[in-house]
Amino acid sequence: MAVTFSLPTVLARLADGQSTIQATGTTLGDVVAEIAGRFPQLAPRLRDATGGPYPFVTYYLNDEDIRFRNGFATPVTEGDEITVVAAIAGG
Amino acid sequence: MPTILDLPRETSAVPRTASGTRPLPQACKLCGTEYPASPAATCEECLGPLEPVYDPARKLPDAATIAARAPSLWRYREWLPFNGAPEVSLDSGFTPLLDAPALARRLGVARVWVKNDAVSHPSLSFKDRVVAAALNAAVGLGLDTVGCASTGNLANAVAAQAARAGLPAWIFIPHDLEVGKVVGTAVFGPRLVRVRGNYDDVNRLCTQAADRFGWGLVNINLRGYYGEGSKTMAFEIVEQLGWRLPTAVVAPMAGGSLLTKLDKGFREFTSAGLATGSAPRLYGAQATGCSPIVNLVERGGDTIEPVIPRTIARSIAIGNPADGRFAATAIRRSGGWAAAVSDEALVGGIRLLAESTGVFAETAGGTTLAGALALAEAGRFKPDDEVVLCITGNGLKTVEALQGALPDAPIIAPRIRELEALHGRDL
Repeated sequence: MAVTFSLPTVLARLADGQSTIQATGTTLGDVVAEIAGRFPQLAPRLRDATGGPYPFVTYYLNDEDIRFRNGFATPVTEGDEITVVAAIAGG
Repeated sequence: MPTILDLPRETSAVPRTASGTRPLPQACKLCGTEYPASPAATCEECLGPLEPVYDPARKLPDAATIAARAPSLWRYREWLPFNGAPEVSLDSGFTPLLDAPALARRLGVARVWVKNDAVSHPSLSFKDRVVAAALNAAVGLGLDTVGCASTGNLANAVAAQAARAGLPAWIFIPHDLEVGKVVGTAVFGPRLVRVRGNYDDVNRLCTQAADRFGWGLVNINLRGYYGEGSKTMAFEIVEQLGWRLPTAVVAPMAGGSLLTKLDKGFREFTSAGLATGSAPRLYGAQATGCSPIVNLVERGGDTIEPVIPRTIARSIAIGNPADGRFAATAIRRSGGWAAAVSDEALVGGIRLLAESTGVFAETAGGTTLAGALALAEAGRFKPDDEVVLCITGNGLKTVEALQGALPDAPIIAPRIRELEALHGRDL
């Protein structure tokens, strides 16, 4: 499945300055793994040592926080938009 | 004591040139990476939160010096994240601390004090404190537009203070906020945007907007500076108690920042030799319909599990609290605890606070008092405790919460006989 993956500026610097990346996968975890493989400097910012998301990074699949779905195991479909947002905000 | 009139006056809508306010550099709260002063709140290394770095060798005032200053939050300027004089929002802070003996009897403690930010200037909530800090950061960093993601009180505070400072503001709120909070923002003339979704949706949009447009969004990319303003509530409590600490503090929790900054403020005044007594036990209150921090305190661990808010306490309805883990840590470390209360109980809290202290609080204040009652019921307080209840916003903003909860006022003709009939009935 081809999806669009959007990064905040603070992370885009580690992806050759790209804030929007096209990627493929059947789950969100697949997509993150593909992008991590393409951008090794970005990889440790996307996943922790156990392969899961960090507490201060929130992933949205379209408009939904993936913690309300199935985390990185959440399936993606053609044309989905994944947005990575630094969680330290608001309140 | 000098009056507010002794402060230099602000002018409105004057083009800004070189600012005398210089925000401090920041460092990551998690990994310690240091950054120069900038409109950034996220560590590039670990995405943790940035906090201002104070010079430990800076000269600190003594109690008498502070007491002689004008009654605003800037009397504690050495603990706020700037070098140089503040330029805008000079007259917020220093709200009353009220003795509440009737509530002390209800809670079974020695004393209860109400820290009444329901009368904060200019927008009737504690958010005036954090916005005063954030707008000075914006000015010092040369930003020409400010804004926020808000559940209402922050929108009011940013709109009011930005208008006075002559700064354009973009303000984002959930589409279905209470009328009082929408009107209390729009009247100041900001670009007010209502977003379909809850606060967490608004927050996500604003995080992307700060990235895209370079605005100074006070609780997004100015968040490190913004949060420090909350410490002044702790400083005022200490000063108003005669330079001593209470034994327990109860505060409402939304993003969790207020509670962590109260903790920091009490510690800073203790370190400076300005507060006597032991560090207070910290207690947090949330509505049952949105209680991710209470859940974390009760469950243990350090990972917030977000929730979808379902409560009338809109001002604290944050399902994904940024400082939730830090608030839970501060609560547990202090020996305190947390409580969640139903919407019905928090309405009862609003009424009890009003009827026993004369303070009309919004839903967050009702949550605080109802939470304190639940904590007392659970045996969390001691008979010799001196408890401060942090009332963070004004009830006139959330009158919808009381719909149907108060008795109807009778309507009578202007005739004494009709009043006598009523009087007799009441007897």
